[in-house]
Amino acid sequence: MIFKKKRYVRIEPKEKVEIKKDLWFKCEKCGKLLYKKKWEDNFKVCPYCNDYGRMTAYERINMLADTGSFKELWANMTSGDPLNFTGVKAYKEKLKEEMHKTGLKEAIVTGECKIGGISSVMAIIDANFIMGSMGSVVGEKFTRAAEYALERKYPFVCISGGGGGARMYEGVISLMQMAKTSAVVGKLKKAGLLYISVLTDPTMGGIAASFAFLGDIIIAEPGALIGFAGPRVIEQTIRQKLPSGFQRTEFLFEHGMIDIISKRAELKENIIKILKILYT
Amino acid sequence: MERKYLDFEKPLEEIDKKISTLEVGKKNGTVENVEDVVLLKQQLAEKTKEIFSNLSDWQIVQLSRHPNRPHTLDYIENIFEEFIELHGDRCSADDTAVVIGIGKFRGIPVAIAGQQKGRDTKENLYRKFGMAHPAGYRKARRIMKLAEKLHIPVITFIDTPGANPDIKAEEEGQALVIAENLMEMAMLNTPIICVITGEGGSGGALGIGVGDRILMQEYSIYSVISPEGCASILWKSQSAVEEAAKELKLTARALLDLGIIDTIIPEPLGGAHRDWSKAFELTASAIYENIRDIKTINVEQLVELRYQKYRKIGFWNEGEEKNE
Repeated sequence: MIFKKKRYVRIEPKEKVEIKKDLWFKCEKCGKLLYKKKWEDNFKVCPYCNDYGRMTAYERINMLADTGSFKELWANMTSGDPLNFTGVKAYKEKLKEEMHKTGLKEAIVTGECKIGGISSVMAIIDANFIMGSMGSVVGEKFTRAAEYALERKYPFVCISGGGGGARMYEGVISLMQMAKTSAVVGKLKKAGLLYISVLTDPTMGGIAASFAFLGDIIIAEPGALIGFAGPRVIEQTIRQKLPSGFQRTEFLFEHGMIDIISKRAELKENIIKILKILYT
Repeated sequence: MERKYLDFEKPLEEIDKKISTLEVGKKNGTVENVEDVVLLKQQLAEKTKEIFSNLSDWQIVQLSRHPNRPHTLDYIENIFEEFIELHGDRCSADDTAVVIGIGKFRGIPVAIAGQQKGRDTKENLYRKFGMAHPAGYRKARRIMKLAEKLHIPVITFIDTPGANPDIKAEEEGQALVIAENLMEMAMLNTPIICVITGEGGSGGALGIGVGDRILMQEYSIYSVISPEGCASILWKSQSAVEEAAKELKLTARALLDLGIIDTIIPEPLGGAHRDWSKAFELTASAIYENIRDIKTINVEQLVELRYQKYRKIGFWNEGEEKNE
């Protein structure tokens, strides 16, 4: 017996676990273990519970733009620190950390590309960078992208998943980005150019209350959290639990706020269909 | 109205009380010494100056929410020669948190929209603490579209903790209506003047706050989030509100320096709540000067200037490589 026990002790599982971590992914919702490559090929949608994982901006581009067509614009733009915000953590530090963590310069990627062969301009919010919140750079790059579309008369597609909405560290400057981006959408409107807005999980606060909801056509992924006030804020205000499904895509669809609910795997196809009708 | 005092105003309360006792006494003939009143008033002015020359940002936040502060309807009733209140969003409801109408301002016909707070619990429930629902933003937009049609300026009065965060607001598309207002105001073919008179609470304030001139009263605030909200999110503690208020740069002075607002409207000594008529007078002159200024600009140019005004807001670095 004693001899046997010793043999058990000798097993060293460390290496195996590390390999597993690379190859396997545990679904955040149902907890099932998924083969990571397969999950990513399925656009980060869990095949068991259909939970939509968050995609990075570049994963979105790979999924939506025709292969090799994406030309990134203003890639190196970084945020200033208008308030000289120190607080619990200095904004400058926070920015550095986020850049290191995500490999991104900011919460938005913009560029020109072809979608189904049609020249378009795309702006993608990345929810991994400070919750995909809108600071000066998100506002400026979105505005430039829209103006770029305006000059070339290209359709403009924006994928917005910004959890925090406005970026506290930039105070009112962040709030003003709502006005700035809404104003440029007004320019697109005046010029008669198409603006497709895709709402992904989560689209809240200042981003929802500006460019995200101003799309001529609004597409949303299933089950995404979309709204103005955060669920916790609402619960605190009304002092009761929110009904399930509240502020989710399907809830908004029922209330007439969304045109199309599109599965992620069909998103590109749906965008192309719209572009083909209007631009070919 | 019963006078209320913030903690840091307490020293004024004592002097106020002494003065009113003496004044009552004078009226009844029981007090004869008039000089005491004059002396006390001098003392009051000095004490007020002392307190107000050294306000912290958090104290300014408290002043912006002062229970005695004049509200939108007080301004409307006192600075317009004529006013007719209009109602409804022509879609679903008449939001009582928002007041709209047409009026005459120094002979000029204008359209008016503003958030209205209540003064007591009953009134506040009726006015929803000045927190508008989608119907309120549509109501405001409606009067602005009318102003555009009639070629008259729009004046908005901003005083709200924020847009209403409840279930109904979400069901009716709070984010959507605010977004639409921002876009419509940016494009509106008529002058817009926005006056922040109390609390400029985030997107709820901005929803009627895009314009050619943004005026802000000396002790009003404008912020992306309340200091309380910021403290609980970043500091995870309410004891950090003072620090949060300071970090957010939400005072008129800070926002003028940042180029977000155009004019600070000075307030009477001790704040607008201590001398309403003076506050109305100062606000009216500031509005008048700004209307006179922008009335000379042709509308097409005005809208383009408005676009450029917002277009340039932001602080960023281009980065090493310049592409495009």
